[in-house]
Amino acid sequence: MDFELQHKRRKQLLTSLAMACVIVVFGCIVLPMLFEKLLLITVLALIIGALFSSNDTGRYICKRILLALLTVFIIALITFFAMNAIPGGPFSKEKAPSAAVQAVLEERFHLNEPLWKQFLLYLEGMMQGNFGISTKTGREIAVTIFSSFKISARIGGYAALSAVVLGLVLGSIAALNRGKVADRIIIFFTTLFVAVPSFIIATVLLLVFCLKLGWFNVFSTQNQSIVLPVIALMLSPMSYITRLTKTSMLDVLGQDYIRTARAKGVKERWVIFKHGLKNALIPVITYVGPMTAYILTGSMVIESVFNTGGLGTKFVQGITNRDYPMIMGTTIFLATLMVMMTLISDLVYKIVDPRINFD
Amino acid sequence: MTQYNPDIAPKKNPLSLQINVEKFEKATEEEKAQNDIVRESHTFFRDGMRKLFRNPLAVASMIVLFVIIVTIIVAPLIVPYTYNGMVTINGKRDRSAKNMSPFQYSQMEQQLIDEGGTVFPHIFGTDELCRDYFIRVVYGARVSLIVGFFASLIVLIIGLLYGSIAGYAGGKTDLVMMRIVDIIYSLPDTLMVILLSVVLDQVLGQSLNGTVFSTIGPNMLSMFAVFGLLYWVGMARLVRGQILSIKNNEYVLAAKALGAKPRRIIRKHILPNCMSVIIISTALQIPSAIFTESFLSFIGLGVQAPMPSLGSLANAARQALDVYPYKMIFPAVGICLIVLSFNLLGDGLRDAFDPRLRK
Repeated sequence: MDFELQHKRRKQLLTSLAMACVIVVFGCIVLPMLFEKLLLITVLALIIGALFSSNDTGRYICKRILLALLTVFIIALITFFAMNAIPGGPFSKEKAPSAAVQAVLEERFHLNEPLWKQFLLYLEGMMQGNFGISTKTGREIAVTIFSSFKISARIGGYAALSAVVLGLVLGSIAALNRGKVADRIIIFFTTLFVAVPSFIIATVLLLVFCLKLGWFNVFSTQNQSIVLPVIALMLSPMSYITRLTKTSMLDVLGQDYIRTARAKGVKERWVIFKHGLKNALIPVITYVGPMTAYILTGSMVIESVFNTGGLGTKFVQGITNRDYPMIMGTTIFLATLMVMMTLISDLVYKIVDPRINFD
Repeated sequence: MTQYNPDIAPKKNPLSLQINVEKFEKATEEEKAQNDIVRESHTFFRDGMRKLFRNPLAVASMIVLFVIIVTIIVAPLIVPYTYNGMVTINGKRDRSAKNMSPFQYSQMEQQLIDEGGTVFPHIFGTDELCRDYFIRVVYGARVSLIVGFFASLIVLIIGLLYGSIAGYAGGKTDLVMMRIVDIIYSLPDTLMVILLSVVLDQVLGQSLNGTVFSTIGPNMLSMFAVFGLLYWVGMARLVRGQILSIKNNEYVLAAKALGAKPRRIIRKHILPNCMSVIIISTALQIPSAIFTESFLSFIGLGVQAPMPSLGSLANAARQALDVYPYKMIFPAVGICLIVLSFNLLGDGLRDAFDPRLRK
């Protein structure tokens, strides 16, 4: 780089650092919560990193994290204002309380404040893990979310894990036996499973294995058999990963370094695992984000079918009951989770394969 | 102009650069035949169609789709039942025609047949409100297909306009437009669809009464709105990428150098080259829209109550899954067939029309 340009850049960096220091000091005095102060400092550090980092990967990481934070903020914004656009308020029922009680309640839940201030208060509460109170059950939404998410996370985690493992194995088998019977069978079933909606898979499994064959009990909180929900949730992502692995494996096996490895006498098994599968894994990493999204939304349907009492069930119940704070809280929670998983998979992808340039 | 004759051509002078004609010999018939046109030349479109019709899976899926489309158009004209009315016999409501299995007749109908009358058979049986199930499934398939087509049409129009503007304009305009796309793209789509459906359902619900749209129902409208708001980003990215890459191709440069006007370049070079990719991704958008519709219907955010869709039929069948499993099977098979056919047709189209996959 030109010396003059470098000098100019350093000057820019110094001025922006000074400005950032001023903003941080000012923000730390104004903002009451420690958490918010930390958030402010992080965001500023990320912006500086995105603008001035000399390292390409570092710049990308800063940008990507900023985009993720912005996305979460926009999701919260959309969710909050969309829910407030719904006609009808908390006191529009027939049994409206007296004016004095209303005033006290409005004071307590900040309903007398302007909408943007309510939004800021909601954001602040959200950061402290406070999503408000369900209008239907009267429980704290955060408590409901975290307790039911444990069940969902168990099912979703097993589903994701088995989808990745089975998908990689089946995809490699299909790629190594290209055009043979095994390949055809695998491709037939994966094409089929991609086309079948998860709720149909779930109901068919329920019908066949629970009701007709009686191998599994119908799910209840006492009997925690999660085999069927996991299978129902895993089939579609597994099929996708299988197809992805197959194409990337075929691509990798045609590369020169595989021929080199074979030529220098590396054992075939070693060639496939160390040189083939390791490189074929890279495209699969990008699918982790979409898979999380699929599993989280798919779990809404599948958990309702199997009635597992997880977060999906609670969300669908919230929709049926038109329990708006519950819908709002769950949406923001799930969306943040999805954005985070996409972020992680993108970052891992960039670190594993720095050849890719996202800009 | 006189023809060139080697016999009367001037003799070659030593040291001249003139070609020595005597060293040439006449072409044989075989060599002349090499210049003949053996086959008539195919246009890109005809070549693609030929490839498409050679693909057995694509042909099979086209046949399946054709049969389904003919059925949903013709069946309501032939079958004397309606999707929202009870089975009637001579104007009297037949209360005994409840939850019948396929091709079964109720007591009253049996009586009529015994007396010599004719009753149109209930091909898929009847549901718990004494409605003919076949016609409900047919209407459900109709709704699902219409949603699929219109949603992809909306996506196509918005995405095409936005993407081509960004692609042509380039520079700062492109940068700003694509940052907006990036942000919308990173929102978790299914969650946002659910959220917006919940909200628009309530917001539109009251204002729609009495207008033309009330027959379609607020849920359907909100679903289209959601597709128009969120799903176009993928298409916009695709179109922009296509236009950018084609714009920088050598043949466009050559055309420019030869003095072609921008209109000719767009019509002759850019549009035909990105059309195939756009058509393929539109074809693949249809099954994903049908998927989303059935998913929303399944969690109770789909079409308005008497109007069936395949997803809502499957959801309704869940309640008596043990006793009447066929009620689940018909709509489920319907969704799977439609989605599978569109997927396979889209794959076939891609193989036939995507020039990059040409071998």
